[in-house]
Amino acid sequence: MGPGTLWMLAFFAIPVIVMCGYSFMPRGTYGGVDPGFTLEAYARFLHPVYLTILERTFVVALVCTVLCALTGYPVAYAIARSTKWRTLLLFLVVLPFWTSFLVRTFAMIFLMRDTGLINTWLLRLHLIQQPLTMLYTPFAVLLGLVYGYLPFMILPIYASLEKLDTSLLEAAEVLGARPTARFLRVTLPLSTPGLIAGSLLVFIPSLGSFLTSDLLGGAKGLLVGNLIQNQFSTARNWPFGSAASLILMTLVLIAVLIYLRLRLRPE
Amino acid sequence: MTRAIPRWLIVFTGIVLFLMHLPVLVLVVFSFNSSKFAVDWTGFTTHWYARLAEREDIVNALRNSLIVGVTATIIAVALGTLIALALARHRFRGKTLYEGLMYVPIVTPEIVTGISLLVMFVFLRFPLGLTTIVVAHVAFSIPFVVVVVMARLAGMDENLEEAAMTLGADEITAFRKVTIPLLWPGIISAALLTFILSFDDFVITSFVAGSGSSTLPLVIYSMVRRNIEPSINAISTLIVLATTILLYVAEQLTREKKAHA
Repeated sequence: MGPGTLWMLAFFAIPVIVMCGYSFMPRGTYGGVDPGFTLEAYARFLHPVYLTILERTFVVALVCTVLCALTGYPVAYAIARSTKWRTLLLFLVVLPFWTSFLVRTFAMIFLMRDTGLINTWLLRLHLIQQPLTMLYTPFAVLLGLVYGYLPFMILPIYASLEKLDTSLLEAAEVLGARPTARFLRVTLPLSTPGLIAGSLLVFIPSLGSFLTSDLLGGAKGLLVGNLIQNQFSTARNWPFGSAASLILMTLVLIAVLIYLRLRLRPE
Repeated sequence: MTRAIPRWLIVFTGIVLFLMHLPVLVLVVFSFNSSKFAVDWTGFTTHWYARLAEREDIVNALRNSLIVGVTATIIAVALGTLIALALARHRFRGKTLYEGLMYVPIVTPEIVTGISLLVMFVFLRFPLGLTTIVVAHVAFSIPFVVVVVMARLAGMDENLEEAAMTLGADEITAFRKVTIPLLWPGIISAALLTFILSFDDFVITSFVAGSGSSTLPLVIYSMVRRNIEPSINAISTLIVLATTILLYVAEQLTREKKAHA
C-alpha cells in the first residue's frame, strides 16, 4: 500500500469511523463524549424540529439544482456552439469555480445588505421607498447557492454538448425535423449525461452547504450544515453533530449511487 | 456547426456571465473607494490596501496560509502523483473499487470532512494548529491531484517509457528522464490548483485550526461577521487577483498538453 493510500485511510477513512463511534456515545457536558453506548443522538434527529431542517435542506438543494440547470443549460449550449470566443467564455465560467467561495459570498452581502449597492441605487432612483430586505432571507441563500454552484452545472453540460456529433443534427434536418424537434429529440437526449452530472455536482454541495446559509441566511433558515456546526460550537452536543454528519454523508452517497445507476443504465 | 446561434441565447449567456462576475467586480472597484461606508464613490484611494499591511492578524494569517498552502501542496502532489501512476500503470485486484473510493472524499460535504477530522484529533488528544490544518488540506487535495494527473497520464504514450528501457535505461532512469518530464505540466497544474484549494479553504480549516493558527479565510470570515469595512474588499481583491493568475498559468499548461497530443 502506498503512502498516498495510507494518508487517505488515516485522515479520511479513520476520522469518519471515529465520528461514527462518537455518534453512539453519550454527550459530554463540555463537548466531547462520555463513555458508554446510546442511540440518543439518532433518536433526537427524529424530532420534528430536526426533520424540518432536513426537509428544508433537501428542498433548497433541489430548487437550487433546478435553477442552475435552467440557467446553466442555455449558457453551456451557447459556449459549445461558439467558435471564436470559446476559450474566453470557458475561462469566464471556470474562474468563479476556483475563486474563494468566502470572497464570493461576501460579494453578495456587499450587494444585498440594507445599505448595500442594490438598495442604495433603487432608493436613489425612487423605485423603492425603503430598503428591501434581501439579506438573511431564504431568497438570499438560494441566490447565493445558485451563484456559487452555477459553474458546476455549466461545465459538465458543456462537455457533453461539445462531444455531440453534429452530423446527427444534419441528418435530423435532412429528414425534415424543425429546430425545436431537433433540439428536443437529438441535442437534449444526447446531453442528458452532462445534465445529470451537473445536477449531481450542484445538488451535493448544496445539500452540505454551510457557509452560504451561515452568512446570507436568517436564523429561521437553518440548514443541516448549520445544525452540525452548531453542535460543535454553541450547543456542545458532539454525538448529535456526529450523527447528523453521518446522516448527511449517507444522503450524499445515496445521491451518488442513484447517479451511477442512471449513468450505467444501458440506453 | 455552421448555423447561427439564436440571438436571444447570446444575450442570455452574456447576461448570465456578466451577473456571475458582477458581485466580485463591484467588490474590486469599491476596494479603491475612499468612503468607509462604501456605497458612494468619493474618490480613489489605496488606503485600504495600506491598512492591510498594518494589521498584524492579517499579516500573520497570510503567513499561516502560505506555509499551509505550500506544505500541503508539496505533500499532496507527491502522494497524489504516486497514486495516479499506480492506477494508470499497474493492474491490481480491486482497482475499480479503489478508483471509485477515490471519489468519496470529493463528494463528501466539507463540513463532514472537517467535523470528522476534528473529532479524531480531539480523540487522539492531538493539539490543533498548523500541523492539523496541513494534514486536513493534504487529505482533501489528494483526490484532486489524482484526477488531474491521471487526465494527463491518459494522454501519454506508454510506449515512450518502454522505448527508453529498450534503449538501455533502467526503470528509475526511464521514470526520471521520460515519465516525469512528460508528466510535468500535469503535475504543475495539479500543484497550482491544490494551492488554490488550500489557500481558499474555510469550512474544513475552521474546524481543525487551533488558536493562533488562523489562516486568511478564517480572519476574513470573522471580519465579515463583525462589521463590513473596505479592508475586506481590499484583501478579497488580492485573493481574486492571485487566484486568477494561478488559474491562468494552470490553464496554459493544460492547453499545451492538447497542442502536443
